[in-house]
Amino acid sequence: MVGKGILRGLTTTARHLLETYLDDVKKIPSRYAYDRHFIKQPLEEKGIFTIQYPEERRVLPERFRYVPMLLYDADTGEDRCTACGICAKVCPTQCIWIVREEDKTGKPLPRSQEFYIDISICMGCGFCAEFCPFDSIKMNHDYEIAVYNRYPDLVLSKDDLVVPTTYYAQLYPEAWAAEERAREEERKRKAAREKALAAKRAAKAKAAAKKKDEQKDAGK
Amino acid sequence: MAQAQSAVATESLPYNDVIPGAVVGRDGEALIVNREKLLELARYLRDHEGYDYLSSVTGVDNLTHPKRQGVERFEVVYHLYSTKRGGGPLVLKARAPEDDPEIPSVVSIWPGADFQEREIWDLFGVRFPGHPNLRRILLWEGFNGHPMRKDWKEAYYEEEHKPYSSRWPYGHYPREEYKYPWQEERAVYKDNLVFPKGFDPDRWQAPEVEYRLGQDIYRELEKLKTDRIIVNIGPQHPSTHGVFRMVVALEGETILGLEPEVGYLHRNHEKIGERNTYLMNIPYTDRLDYINSMSNNLGYVLAVEKLMGKVEVPERAKYLRIIMAELTRVLNHMFAIGFLLNDLGAFFTPALYALEERELILDLFEAASGSRMMCNYMRPGGVAYDVSEEWVAQAKKLVFERLPRAVDELDYYLTENEILLARTKGVGYLSPEDAIAYSTSGPVLRGSGVPYDIRKVEPYCIYDRFDFDIVTEDGGDVYARYMVRIREARESLKILRQALKDLPGGPVIGKKKYTFRIPPGEAYQRIEAPKGELGFYLVSDGTANPYRYHVRSPSFINLTALGPMCVGHKVADSVGILGSIDIVLGEVDR
Repeated sequence: MVGKGILRGLTTTARHLLETYLDDVKKIPSRYAYDRHFIKQPLEEKGIFTIQYPEERRVLPERFRYVPMLLYDADTGEDRCTACGICAKVCPTQCIWIVREEDKTGKPLPRSQEFYIDISICMGCGFCAEFCPFDSIKMNHDYEIAVYNRYPDLVLSKDDLVVPTTYYAQLYPEAWAAEERAREEERKRKAAREKALAAKRAAKAKAAAKKKDEQKDAGK
Repeated sequence: MAQAQSAVATESLPYNDVIPGAVVGRDGEALIVNREKLLELARYLRDHEGYDYLSSVTGVDNLTHPKRQGVERFEVVYHLYSTKRGGGPLVLKARAPEDDPEIPSVVSIWPGADFQEREIWDLFGVRFPGHPNLRRILLWEGFNGHPMRKDWKEAYYEEEHKPYSSRWPYGHYPREEYKYPWQEERAVYKDNLVFPKGFDPDRWQAPEVEYRLGQDIYRELEKLKTDRIIVNIGPQHPSTHGVFRMVVALEGETILGLEPEVGYLHRNHEKIGERNTYLMNIPYTDRLDYINSMSNNLGYVLAVEKLMGKVEVPERAKYLRIIMAELTRVLNHMFAIGFLLNDLGAFFTPALYALEERELILDLFEAASGSRMMCNYMRPGGVAYDVSEEWVAQAKKLVFERLPRAVDELDYYLTENEILLARTKGVGYLSPEDAIAYSTSGPVLRGSGVPYDIRKVEPYCIYDRFDFDIVTEDGGDVYARYMVRIREARESLKILRQALKDLPGGPVIGKKKYTFRIPPGEAYQRIEAPKGELGFYLVSDGTANPYRYHVRSPSFINLTALGPMCVGHKVADSVGILGSIDIVLGEVDR
């Protein structure tokens, strides 16, 4: 029958229109009720998929990556970065450059004096965060980074990059929990090792003392 | 003495009994061919040995390769396959010295070499006598030099290889920046702009398009009194899927000849790749075919793994790779169908319905890899991150319930639509013989009725564990390609269901390494990407950077068949035919 295909098409379009409308009506509170919304598309979503940025925003998954950030310990205020340079070496666009701190004799210290990332050429691949051995560089979720002048506003220095670990814990709850667990285990292992070492030492001392006593006895 | 030696050696080499003196040596698996005898040997291989499919032609500049000192500088590598027998490649290499860089063109034997030989001429400066239309393809005529040669330096040249030593530990880079407020000051566009010898930019005119096609139609039309006109479709045109130009010669509304003009998005991906370390190339491959970054990643890491030799990939990672690659295929096919309809005039309604499911798949990609489109997920030896239980549950829900319904809806919505049938049936016909000869791949090849799917004929990853069929349609027209995509999406869902069901636990990658040293050698790995055969050709010289990195991109080579498919149709159909090839300009121009 000529026209059947077109009728089918029209019914599909009409259904989509209706579903979008019903979906909107069913939502309580309405998606237009507050100023700002964070939206996660459910898998059952039938209506329109549009998110009306900037009034509405997507809920970002934990692994979302945009540009890097540098962590400092919120408790001690110390940088986690040791200026080992691995991030600068794996960076595909070579947009990271670091000046390592040195003491007066020229001996390198495990700290960075300057740390720059040119985010106008950063491609957001996340290698720096992936390969950092000290968990000091992570990917930030802040994607609204528009500026008026790309140079020097888009060349971020250390002051622009550092964030406390508490901020990281908030963005990456799962990764943070895993890290905490690992640290706790490490601490326990270290404590156990020290305990064992102390016990060993004590035993050794005891044995030595005993030997000495025996020698003394033998001497007598 | 040397001659005598070579005479003894050649006797043990294959094909020398048929064409004496054709094969002069071996280089690994490859046969080194005397360039004078190349055409003869090629014709014999096609007609008698069944090597009818020329997968990839590419060049190598041997100038600085430590193991290849003393051999001729330029090398052209051919990877031949047989569509009837399947199986592995026959690799041929023809070499030419620096002062006489000429190798006979094989376009007369495999027309699919057309664009690839033009690309080699453009990037390496190797001439191909016998090529019907040997002019630059990716760069313009006023470009000085051939950029893939090892002695050519790019505009921001800093150092031979990354990582650059200035970045750490003394960070000299900012000081450079202060000297040059912005790097464009250092670009080759002001006083230091150089043109090739004898080139005057003021008098330059775009080269006239040569029409090798459509002579019969011209004769038919001669009875009518019409003017022949040339129309440029693109480069800024919504139907061209990016910056792409079709130069069309028209007689009335009928197409006499069509030449694709590409290169507007050219960034010399391969040269960048040769400066990068092996790992750094993975995020760059995301930018090739930016719709299917997962399968680009997969092709590249498989090539690196092949080059590295034995690499253990954990079982869970093997499954995750398949899941990601097949989700990408579903996504791409729905995208392609949606935009084909867009090209045919159904402005954006079908495209947006097709994109809804894409949103959900991209959400999955984002949760797994951190990015929706530039995934950067695969690594040599596994995948970057594990996925959570929740992720698997979501993916199952999507694959078992939502996606089949969406594909069915698209099918119901479009397949029997009278307008679609009128616009696509019988349009853009490509015969099976031509489809093979033009080296087309993917849905274009299978839409012409050739059952050639690399997942079946040369299985990679763990595709041999899954039950699925090769989809073919006999029509050879736009409609057949559309149907292949719909049915292939269903086959992909079949694979996905099996893979998600038996997804094992365990680690996803061994020890993560950021630098690899790969022993000298070469590897060509091809995969069935959603758009067709995606191949990566890597040559290693034993350092941490690839010596040669070549991408055999399906969109680029499928475009070879665009001209022949369009001839004789109306100009409005050329847009639909282009849509049925499904190109992405990031991959065409590289």
